[in-house]
Amino acid sequence: MPVIAALLIGMVFGSGILLGGMANPAKVLNFFDIAGTWDPSLAFVILGALAVAGPGYRFILRRRRPVFDTEFHLPPRRGIDLRLFGGASLFGIGWGIAGFCPGGAIPALGLLRPEPLVFLIAMSAGILIAHRIQGRIADKIGSRE
Amino acid sequence: MTGFTPWTSLAGGGLIGLAVVLLMALHGRILGVTGIVTGVLTGSRGWRLAFLTGAVLAPMGLTFAFGAVGFHSPAPWPWILFSGLLAGIGVSFGGGCTSGHGICGNARLSKRSAVATICFLLSAAATVYAIRHLIGGL
Repeated sequence: MPVIAALLIGMVFGSGILLGGMANPAKVLNFFDIAGTWDPSLAFVILGALAVAGPGYRFILRRRRPVFDTEFHLPPRRGIDLRLFGGASLFGIGWGIAGFCPGGAIPALGLLRPEPLVFLIAMSAGILIAHRIQGRIADKIGSRE
Repeated sequence: MTGFTPWTSLAGGGLIGLAVVLLMALHGRILGVTGIVTGVLTGSRGWRLAFLTGAVLAPMGLTFAFGAVGFHSPAPWPWILFSGLLAGIGVSFGGGCTSGHGICGNARLSKRSAVATICFLLSAAATVYAIRHLIGGL
């Protein structure tokens, strides 16, 4: 049941990305090109998502537990550090070069074009490389984090 | 040029928000595509793989039923590869991407996510500006 539900939620997400235009790299890049062929559509995607997710989260997180699990898995509250700044900025550069982000590229796979696949293979390699590096950093720091 | 589509984009965003709320209500999880892909890559499949499968199948079915949608990927191949590598490393260190920080994190008013969102929006805009207006394209 959790697996079927996740499949359906994935379908809702993929439909939203496609309808919103985030699966199209040209549209994403034009969102960032304020000095050129600006297309503000993606601001509406984010606004629409936050308008639903904001109140939705407030309502849901008041409950004791989710339907298929014993607790809500929320990220631990951590400080704002250089890793967050650097990582997010690096991601932005990657996003701005080709117009693909993880959440846009996965649904774009369904359009059966090669570009999203190439992006996702390289992105997976990047994630695995980063994990190696983070593992080594964690080893060096020991139990401080 | 791509046309300004405020209403379909707003509706698409609403669907994304619905998926975000459902995944929390049912599975108790943040809908961060970075985290979900990382989980699959490091061996925890289950609901994560099912979610990704659904996210691929829906656009496939929708274009099959209603015809092709706009898709144009202007970057040359080596740059797509390079951008994927940068994005992968960046989202790992930054702890999330557009969905995880930009939508889920901001929806629960996380300061970290607000900072991450500002960083990646500004750096993406600066990158696009540099590519299109300073060096005249890739």
